[in-house]
Amino acid sequence: MKPGKRFQIFTHCAALLVAAVILAPFAWMVTASVTPPAALTARPYRWIPSHLDFSRYSAIFSGSGQDVAGAFRKSIINSTVVASGTVIISMAVGILGAYAFAMLRFRFRRATMMVFLATYMLPPIALLVPLYLTMSALGLLDTDLGLIIIYCSYVTPFVLWILSNYFLSIPAELEEAARVDGCSRMGALFRVILPAARPGLFATIMFAFILAWDEFLYALIFTSTNAKTIPVAIADFTGRYSTDFGLVAAGGLIASVPPVLLAVAFQRFVVGGLSAGAVKG
Amino acid sequence: MALTQHRSAGKTGERAAPVRKPRRPASQGRLAALLLLPSAVVVFGIILYPIGRTVLISFFDVNSAVAGSTPFVGLHNYTAIFSDSDFWSSMGRTVYFTVLSTALELLFGLGLALLMEQKLRMRWLFRAVVVLPWALPTVVNGAMWRGVLNAQYGSLNALLTQLHLTSAYHSWLGTPTSALNMLVLADVWKTTPLVAFFLLTGLQSIPKEIYESARVDGAGPVRAFWSITAPLLIPSVSVVLVLRTIDAFKVFDLVYVLTGGGPANGTQTIAYYTYVQAFSDQRFGFGSALADVIVVCILLLCAVYLRALRRNETSLM
Repeated sequence: MKPGKRFQIFTHCAALLVAAVILAPFAWMVTASVTPPAALTARPYRWIPSHLDFSRYSAIFSGSGQDVAGAFRKSIINSTVVASGTVIISMAVGILGAYAFAMLRFRFRRATMMVFLATYMLPPIALLVPLYLTMSALGLLDTDLGLIIIYCSYVTPFVLWILSNYFLSIPAELEEAARVDGCSRMGALFRVILPAARPGLFATIMFAFILAWDEFLYALIFTSTNAKTIPVAIADFTGRYSTDFGLVAAGGLIASVPPVLLAVAFQRFVVGGLSAGAVKG
Repeated sequence: MALTQHRSAGKTGERAAPVRKPRRPASQGRLAALLLLPSAVVVFGIILYPIGRTVLISFFDVNSAVAGSTPFVGLHNYTAIFSDSDFWSSMGRTVYFTVLSTALELLFGLGLALLMEQKLRMRWLFRAVVVLPWALPTVVNGAMWRGVLNAQYGSLNALLTQLHLTSAYHSWLGTPTSALNMLVLADVWKTTPLVAFFLLTGLQSIPKEIYESARVDGAGPVRAFWSITAPLLIPSVSVVLVLRTIDAFKVFDLVYVLTGGGPANGTQTIAYYTYVQAFSDQRFGFGSALADVIVVCILLLCAVYLRALRRNETSLM
């Protein structure tokens, strides 16, 4: 039993090391956000601030509507609206499509799936110029709606992919039984498949939300004042406040709260979600 | 489970062989089209037109500096690209970034996946920590590393000097080569967990009985890894490799926030170069041609991978 014990010690040390490497830069960002600006540049640097300075958070949350803090608050609302709208629409259309891929036999099924997936490989930069011209012609530049429309086009293939593989993992007998009992196909989808795929739905919603929350390039080009999302606001911060990293850190941490909470809360679904996606890749 | 369903569907099709079109699949085709229509509208309604128009624009000298005049220039934008030294150097950087970060992410990701599969105390806590970099928005990741690597107040410099590993503060983002490597570092930190989670699902799908019988046959852990884990993990590794290469090739956000393409264009990747040409310099025609070159590169990458994967599949059989 001795080598086994030694192995246990080794794996625990390795886990601690990995956790340290992951947490160190993040922990420093947290402490920097509450370290007074002067102390941030002091040498030798003191890792634990002598007193906590929450002024950046209060500036972000209580600054007037016109200044940077106000713009930052607005970007949080924009990101929430855009990400939620994207999740709702792409889940609504994606659930129907994923059901078709998983449960129906039809010609060109695999090919259709590949075409949807291929859109995911396209670099956003290749669509930017014409999308910009179209959005401006439709008056959708710098609007939440414009961003939602664009985000749906790249989140939906992802939803189709993950969700159809989840549906595939549900025993077909379950659906057949429901249909024998007189359920229509759609009735079976909503009464049997969706409840059985609940963990998969959570995982897919999480992935879709993080994708939409994280998007940067489209938001950078298509928004300026009204619909600016939080990644663009953070990028503004880093450019403008390169002298006060604490403010950048505070903004970055606030921007990270929704996706990190989602991911930590649903982390046991991450493995399932990825495996569902990987099976048929 | 789904396989059994498909198999039975195939069987009924065989039994009804004289009738060329079995009734059920035909009606399913119509239902499938109906169910896929909303997704198709959302996805292709937005993507097909721009792609076509990007190709079209690339044949014109669209330049907002000269309003109203957009002469047709044929393939001139494309020939200009290939004689453009900035294009080749940004392509070189992109390949360097893609190969190095993907390789490191696979290596560390595999190690991390093997570690996460072990019986660890408080495994849930460890996994919650590991999920953190993946969930952190890319832009925040870039901003964070910009702080960590800062020459004046960066924590890396503070740490290294206090541990007496270096005597002076380094300018990590100050030289082109160093900055490019720091770009790799930030990408590896953020993405290794995702790769690890991917590979972990691959590991978990390997039946435990195979390891048991290998142990009975006297195979040690190293032998078991090379003859069981490694070959059975090839499909997962392939998927990760495809996804990560394509993603790394498109890298933009991280460059924008961490280095802004500098110093001296030393971290200007191909996507960033295209962005600068099309939107900062407003050379829409040239920028569109650059974007088309990226699309072709990614399609080529996909084709190469698909061929390699198919060969792999047959060799595994």
